[in-house]
Amino acid sequence: MGENKVTALDNISLSIGTHEFVSIVGPSGSGKSTLMNMLGCLDTPTSGTYKLDGKEVSKLKDDELAEIRNFKVGFIFQKFNLLQKLNALENVELPLIYQGLRPKEVRERAKKALADVGLDGRMDHRPNELSGGQQQRVAIARALVTNPPVLLADEPTGALDSKTGIEVMGILKDLHKKGNTIILITHDNSLAVQAKRLVRISDGQVVEDKET
Amino acid sequence: MGLSQAFKMAIKSIIGNKVRSLLTMLGVIIGVSAVIAATSFAEGSTQKVTSSIQSLGTNLVQVMITGRNSNRKVTYADMRKFQDENSDVIGSMAPSISGSVTVKYGDKSESTTVLGTSPEYEDIKSVHAKSGRFLTAMDIDYNLKTALIGTTVANELFPGANPLNKKIEINGMAFTVVGVLEERASSQTGTEDDQVIIPVTVATRLTKNANIGNFLIQASTADTVNTAVDRTTTYLTKVYKNTNAFRVFNQAQILSTLNTVTGTMMVILGGIAAISLIVGGIGIMNIMLVSVTERTREIGIRKSIGAKKKNILTQFLIEALMITGIGGIIGILLGLAVIKFIIGGFKITTEVYSIKWIMISFSISLVIGVIFGIYPARKAANLNPIDALMYE
Repeated sequence: MGENKVTALDNISLSIGTHEFVSIVGPSGSGKSTLMNMLGCLDTPTSGTYKLDGKEVSKLKDDELAEIRNFKVGFIFQKFNLLQKLNALENVELPLIYQGLRPKEVRERAKKALADVGLDGRMDHRPNELSGGQQQRVAIARALVTNPPVLLADEPTGALDSKTGIEVMGILKDLHKKGNTIILITHDNSLAVQAKRLVRISDGQVVEDKET
Repeated sequence: MGLSQAFKMAIKSIIGNKVRSLLTMLGVIIGVSAVIAATSFAEGSTQKVTSSIQSLGTNLVQVMITGRNSNRKVTYADMRKFQDENSDVIGSMAPSISGSVTVKYGDKSESTTVLGTSPEYEDIKSVHAKSGRFLTAMDIDYNLKTALIGTTVANELFPGANPLNKKIEINGMAFTVVGVLEERASSQTGTEDDQVIIPVTVATRLTKNANIGNFLIQASTADTVNTAVDRTTTYLTKVYKNTNAFRVFNQAQILSTLNTVTGTMMVILGGIAAISLIVGGIGIMNIMLVSVTERTREIGIRKSIGAKKKNILTQFLIEALMITGIGGIIGILLGLAVIKFIIGGFKITTEVYSIKWIMISFSISLVIGVIFGIYPARKAANLNPIDALMYE
């Protein structure tokens, strides 16, 4: 990416415990996307360590990172990132397929995950037959189906209208009550304060870390 | 990830884009159907010629006298003597002189071929009279002017009438018709129904040429053929003092020449088919690269939820294999249809269906899938998930 090295994150030190609901907030360019990529094991730090669920992951290779993502991270993206050619059920099944589970177990767990987000009536619908809110709920079901220790939500309401956005935030709060660990990344302060702990990033550094 | 799930995903992907998948397969379809149809045609033609050669009998030796570089000659009597001296390996022998003549009856006349030979010709070549009789030893020994006419000549000169015992003129010489030949289907050498057969001893006078151009020798058994060939060659070499004046060949030699020709034909056809398959494979690689680019986001999503490099590689490789595999099957069916309806339908040659070539073509189409699918598949597998997710 050119001769100049860009330091996206400078000397960050962060610790998030089980059952926490943390929001990481900052403007675009603040480094929060890079931080999310690190936390989600989509990328590794140039220097430093990262321990996820007790395991040191900062030096892992691509395929090992893929396995960590498969088992330990549930992603919820702003643009939903569902596969258009698969229906809702098949989308939710996908992480379990990559885990190598038997088809019967894959199917049952996926159905349950969709039922948990209230979409068991829409299992055979393709993403283009679902509303934005429904698509995001499918994405949430997909993130949950592997029972990962951490859920990473990157601007989960960014592509939704305000009413649906409130619904989705409600689902996240519900999930937290049920015992999930949730990390919410956003630029929107009004969303960030709805978590239990707020971490503010600016110019690659943590500038604030408080309970809300 | 299970193989069956990979197959299901591949089928979904192919069906999801039917027109593009079909166009991608086109190269393989054409290449494979060309191989199937062309090899069938080659084998069919070979079979047809082989069976017509074999119908002459495996014991047949043909002697062709060119008389080059020599003014000596071998007469019918000489060959009869040679035959008697080698009766342990030679079963029967017939001479063959031919020429163009005009045959007349009354006010009708026709140009045709005359064949001067002996009674043995009937058995050696399985040429029989459907009415009357074939030549006899008496015709030869007493130079009787007897003739057998083919059905084409009979229909021309004696429409609706019985030709037997009638007198015809061959190049001005009077002959009695003693028989009408059976009809034969046309062979490679032209119709045999348009000829007149007369005794060889009379033919030498008719054509004013005492040199007999061909002899047909039938070995006593299949095992004595080679010996018969050797002894005939030795004898003729002694007579003509050089080997350019004659040719002795038997069926095995002809068949092996045929095999060489067929072999060459197959190599050329194979080369052409290989080229078309390679072109088809390049087309597949091209489309798969486009497909990988189009599905960059999808690959990023899969990787983010846990797909490893080998999962992505397998997915795209199986897709390539399905495309070439299905293309191969369609090509085989198309090739078989060409054999049945074009080669068989227009009776171009014998219909030959070969399992061997079906298996070979199908295997090759799968190999093409692997070779030309691996590069796009690896490209897909090596995509960076973060960049891929951001791709629009």
